[in-house]
Amino acid sequence: MRFTLNGVATNVDAHPMSRLLDVVREECQLTGTKEGCGEGECGACTVLVDGDPVCSCLVPLAQVEGAEVVTIEGLGDDHPLQHAFMNEVGAQCGICTPGMIMAALSLEPDASIDDIKVALSGNLCRCTGYSAIYRAIMKARQP
Amino acid sequence: MAAVGNSVPRKDGIGKATGHAVYADDIVMPGMLHGRTIRSTIPHGRIRSVNVVGDVPGLIVVDHHDIPGRNVVDLIEQDQPFLVERDVRHLAEPILLLAHEDREVVDAVRVEIEYEELEPLFDPERSEGILKSIDIVKGDVEAALADADFIVEGTYRTGHQEHVYIEPNVVVAMPEEDGIAVFGSVQCPFYVLKALKSLLGASAHIRVVQTETGGGFGGKEEYPSMIAGHATLLALKSGRPVKILYDRGEDMIATTKRHPSIVRHRTGVMRDGRIVAMDVDVLLDGGAYSTLSPVVLSRGCIHAAGAYRCDNTRIRGRAVATNTPPNGAFRGFGAPQTEFAVEVHIERIAEELAMDPVSLRELNALRPGDTTATGQVMGTDCSAHMVLEEAVRRTEFRAKREQYRGTNRSIGLALFFHGAGFTGSGERHLNSKARIDLTERGVRIAVGSTEIGQGTRTMHAQIVADALAIPYEDVEVAQPDTTLVADSGPTVASRTCMVVGKILEQCAMEMKDRLGGMSPADYHAKHGGFSVLRKYEPPDWIEWDDHTYRRDAYATYAWGCDVVEIEMDPDTLEVRPVKVTAVQEFGRPIHPALARGQIEGGTAQGLGYALLEHVVMRNGGMANAQLTNYIIPTTLDTPEFDIVMLENPYAGGPFGAKGLGELPIDGPAPAVVNAIRHFGVDLREIPAIPERLVACASR
Repeated sequence: MRFTLNGVATNVDAHPMSRLLDVVREECQLTGTKEGCGEGECGACTVLVDGDPVCSCLVPLAQVEGAEVVTIEGLGDDHPLQHAFMNEVGAQCGICTPGMIMAALSLEPDASIDDIKVALSGNLCRCTGYSAIYRAIMKARQP
Repeated sequence: MAAVGNSVPRKDGIGKATGHAVYADDIVMPGMLHGRTIRSTIPHGRIRSVNVVGDVPGLIVVDHHDIPGRNVVDLIEQDQPFLVERDVRHLAEPILLLAHEDREVVDAVRVEIEYEELEPLFDPERSEGILKSIDIVKGDVEAALADADFIVEGTYRTGHQEHVYIEPNVVVAMPEEDGIAVFGSVQCPFYVLKALKSLLGASAHIRVVQTETGGGFGGKEEYPSMIAGHATLLALKSGRPVKILYDRGEDMIATTKRHPSIVRHRTGVMRDGRIVAMDVDVLLDGGAYSTLSPVVLSRGCIHAAGAYRCDNTRIRGRAVATNTPPNGAFRGFGAPQTEFAVEVHIERIAEELAMDPVSLRELNALRPGDTTATGQVMGTDCSAHMVLEEAVRRTEFRAKREQYRGTNRSIGLALFFHGAGFTGSGERHLNSKARIDLTERGVRIAVGSTEIGQGTRTMHAQIVADALAIPYEDVEVAQPDTTLVADSGPTVASRTCMVVGKILEQCAMEMKDRLGGMSPADYHAKHGGFSVLRKYEPPDWIEWDDHTYRRDAYATYAWGCDVVEIEMDPDTLEVRPVKVTAVQEFGRPIHPALARGQIEGGTAQGLGYALLEHVVMRNGGMANAQLTNYIIPTTLDTPEFDIVMLENPYAGGPFGAKGLGELPIDGPAPAVVNAIRHFGVDLREIPAIPERLVACASR
């Protein structure tokens, strides 16, 4: 199955019904994407497929043929959101953080706090009560 | 710049934000097998036969005969087996272990188990299996009740609560040349070590390493010992590394939860509002084995009279056995249950007396010089009035209560406290140690206290940096490995900052003396490295009697007052929190942003406990064991927070700090239910789901 992973043309020999999550973590050894529930409720496995945030535990590999897939590793180590999550303590245990950051990438630059809440409503965090995550996202937009 | 008091970058922040942090499920080892746990499908009975169907090449099978040492998870009592031998006491009890290199193959294996079924017991009020009972007596309750102007009685109930750490349980066990190494998502690596020593025999060479841990909240305090035992048995039998990863459903069905409670109050009050007698009965459902129930009950009972002065108090508590999976540690550890009961009860007393609920609390809340139910004399570190007054002032509580009357909006409050560190003589028995090592680059902290998101690494490094007067960046923190770090005790009980942080501060001060004014790097270059190891010394004034439950239950307490504003949908009776003001005093924040995160996160968990988190039990097991229908707060369920951190430094803690981690979860549930009460709904149970509100409203 051919697709683009973090900007690199990738060809994976796996069952077309394999979960994209397993393909990314096991075949491609990118373990930044996390599994929290396996049923699309927690959002820890969020990746971008053609720019849209999706739960990779619900996506069969066949569905990303020819698509652009971006995982947390695709942001590198120096993305403003990453720094903001660190500095504003948007990450506590950190297991939801990669998925949270991937979901936040889809926000418009002028998104209001209510827009942020809606965009992140599919990503569960049990540590922070979310406020520090909003602070991180707001901070990351500041020039 | 001082590190303490400033929100320095988290030591683990960037690793978590880039996805580089290594959690246990990220570990892959050559030849690794995938383990699976076969569990009981009945809540009570005896096993007649176990049969693995078919012949699966490469399948490793382990049962209780494969245990070289003792078949008990060594905790407070030695009653819970790693693997059932004959008697099944709860649903989802581990019976057989399987492992195979192909996960799909092991998942497809069928195991047939024949049982002789026995009648299960699910109702704690009918249980005669007492796991622990406690009696706290102060003054003469019966005489004081007889002399009181009014007696107010009530029964209050709380349900299970599931931790929902977003990373489910996972452990990897790997045979090493002379023993076994275990890597896992664990809160207490030395608890795991103790359990594995019992499983394998004292002479076994065992190494337990904590990997990055995706949340714990108490849920990874004791249960990982069980999983580590299972992975170890499979690894020893196969001679290969074995990973056991629970999926969400297995994690929710099989592992511990917060104890359900039934708390009865009988309170004597005078016409002017003075509380003169408190008679409290606490019942906790422990589930099928003791696990931590005795100490959960202990903390629950000690907090059961609330943050109030009363000369005549009797608190009787029991934790009892039922045929459900054992309940265990969860942030708050018994106190959220009993503080829910007392704070809703206080609100009812105010109602009976037609008194303002704030005034009633002002009249009775503890002040320095007053004594608690155990007879502990409050010192100047008692801040009940300070948090209450600030919360009431800041929220304009009294005015809003009037203003919201007759609308679909309401406001309620709760006053609460939380003892920091192990109860009573617990810290003395623990005898915790901490160590710091002088390295080429600076100083390394080597303790068993784990980072589970709350900020252990960062906060400990701040304390050591400032005590040594070196830059925060020059302090590193060792990964907890039981062969390499000092046993600083379990990461529980709001003790990691106040207790372990204090030992580290003393280690750093001793090291500073020995450096004689040189920097760590210069000293190392000239003289080489050295280590400083110290033990915890509890304050010398602490007196505690384990038998009578008298005197100083905790070295100090943190204090809080939560004010919750809610809206209720008039058609569905769904309650939505709109704003929470949390005024909390915990000595002094070492790292203000981390402390704020503890309060915001703990408050959100408390709101979930109050309103959403309903564990439905069917035939002794969780029927809604998935995140689709066990609902924790999302962004849209979590209101705006106004967090206020008041300071009242505690001399026994590092830089004045008390414990904080658990305090925030004690307040939201009673504050929410007290707000609901102002709608005229007499609710005495959580979670406050619409079905219960309908039942109350129609009574």
